[in-house]
Amino acid sequence: MKLNKEQLLDMFNKMVLIRQFETRVKKSFADGDIPGFIHLSAGQEAIAVGCITNLREDDYIVSHHRGHGHLIAKGGNINFMMAELYGKKTGYCKGKGGSMHLADMDINMLGAHGIVGSTVTISTGAGLSAKLRKSGQVTLCFLGDGASNTGRFHEGINLAAIWDLPIVIIIENNFYAEATSIFYSTRLKKLSDRAIAYGIPGETIDSNDVLEIYEKVGKAIDRARKGKGPSLIEIQTYRHFGHEEGDMETYKKKSEIEAWLKKEPIELFKRRLINDGILTEKEAERINQKMKNEVEEAVQFAKESPYPEPEETLEDVYA
Amino acid sequence: MRILTYREAIIEALKEEMERDPSIFIMGEDIGEHWQGSVKEFEGLWPKFGSERIRETPISETAFLGCAIGAAMTGMRPIANVMFASFLGVPMDEIFSQVTKMRYMFGGKTKMPVTVMCLSGGGMNAAAQHSVCLEGMLMSVPGLKMVSPSTPYDAKGLLKSAIRDDNPVIFFQNLFLTISGFKGEVPENDYTIPLGEAVIRNEGDDVTVVAIGNMVHTALSAAGKLKQESISLEVVDPRCMAPLDEKTIIESVKKTGKIVILDEEPKMGSVASEIAAIIAEQAIEYLDAPVKRVCAPNTPIPFSPPLEKYWLPDENKLIEAIHSII
Repeated sequence: MKLNKEQLLDMFNKMVLIRQFETRVKKSFADGDIPGFIHLSAGQEAIAVGCITNLREDDYIVSHHRGHGHLIAKGGNINFMMAELYGKKTGYCKGKGGSMHLADMDINMLGAHGIVGSTVTISTGAGLSAKLRKSGQVTLCFLGDGASNTGRFHEGINLAAIWDLPIVIIIENNFYAEATSIFYSTRLKKLSDRAIAYGIPGETIDSNDVLEIYEKVGKAIDRARKGKGPSLIEIQTYRHFGHEEGDMETYKKKSEIEAWLKKEPIELFKRRLINDGILTEKEAERINQKMKNEVEEAVQFAKESPYPEPEETLEDVYA
Repeated sequence: MRILTYREAIIEALKEEMERDPSIFIMGEDIGEHWQGSVKEFEGLWPKFGSERIRETPISETAFLGCAIGAAMTGMRPIANVMFASFLGVPMDEIFSQVTKMRYMFGGKTKMPVTVMCLSGGGMNAAAQHSVCLEGMLMSVPGLKMVSPSTPYDAKGLLKSAIRDDNPVIFFQNLFLTISGFKGEVPENDYTIPLGEAVIRNEGDDVTVVAIGNMVHTALSAAGKLKQESISLEVVDPRCMAPLDEKTIIESVKKTGKIVILDEEPKMGSVASEIAAIIAEQAIEYLDAPVKRVCAPNTPIPFSPPLEKYWLPDENKLIEAIHSII
């Protein structure tokens, strides 16, 4: 589907919003305002936005521990997100989930999941549900490179393949599972080659180009929607920050970081939009400031929100 | 009243629920066309509902438990059959970190109507990897409900409640009662039994015996024998290990002043241990003898018939325990 100017700018806005959100969360964590573990997706914005822009409103996404960008791209509310990260009652999960478990069932964002690889198996269920209900919904499943080494990856994709489930499995290959290089943990050069084992299409996108991602993932989504079954797409990218906040990233080489920063997705998209006459440098700066302000308002909302009452610990165990 | 076997009552519950609610489907290995369950525990369902709803899976318990989770979050009411309770170890992450946690960690924003079925318990010489009871271990998993029916009537009524419940429920179908063709009265009308209500199988005054699953029948048999010695047993069948009907057990202990718990699990960390702790905490002043747990030893379940017989709690061991406190 050809994107119009408005859609392109919306994609740019969302990518910038994700970057501003993640950058601000980094600061809040360093300031001691956010407890727990934080996994930031700065650098990977093209995947969240490029993939999710293809979806119908009622399509599902299943996200993982590095999932802030997915929820923002699906249309999540950053006030509720930030409040959840701060552990506040007004957060998406009333302070019971935190960064790793943001969920918004109202927009069919079926949660972020902290068990690596579980997004694949959970996605098969959303896919089977859509198939049995004949709803035409597609499920986008996100996972990292490390998750492709789990048993759930194998069992889940095999199940999706034999049942022709309408799901698209996206490996966000940022080359590190925590501190372990993907070149250590598999012999494969391309993670999409794993698709061969399940008899489904596999493709590798080796760029941070949001439009290339949009186009190629879009084809896999169309295929799934037509009942032709799942696809596996590896998208190579790079996380700008550590596995989690506090990670000193001793495993990353300086030359590697510099090379990836040259392929930085927001800058890449910005230059393209300016070249195409859709955006100006000045307008881009205005968007940047606008998103920064929105995130700052979310931080204010989070800070001013109350903590849950301690007794709320006992609620929400059973329906 | 009409008589059905334990196995038939379970199949009837599944059939009636699937007819009533199109969002229900079953996943598992060899539940369809050819075997219709490894011990024919799904006999007759595939011919009626077909491969879409009686959905055969590869040997991928992890995948289809995960699949059940995703389906339950998106409007379906899946039943996942892992065949043997021992195999719950394979998708254990799905059970203790996923299906039981999601509603809570998402702040109550999802329901999780998943029923997990499995064959449970010893007595069939199926050895250590096909015989276990896991209720005790799983009692420490918040968010889970568990059903361990001992009669055809309970099996049908509790399975219907499990399927209709919006929380994850593990249905422990007793292997011995299934294979041995255990029979009982089952009415023809639609009925359910609430989860978390114990039943008193035999009223008595001298000793409370709380028995679980197939052990209920051992306790009832012992009650018959001890009657001749003028010892009257009150046999309590909790039916659900979670939620556990503490009140009925405590009330019975207040009446008898003595309790023996008969449980087909290694003693350490068993359901019997939890019940003993509840009594110690809430009713110790009513006790006039120590709490007794008649359980299996802390070993895996052995294969050979004399070894398994030694391992399993039985009527003699129960009667011995009762004599020791009377």
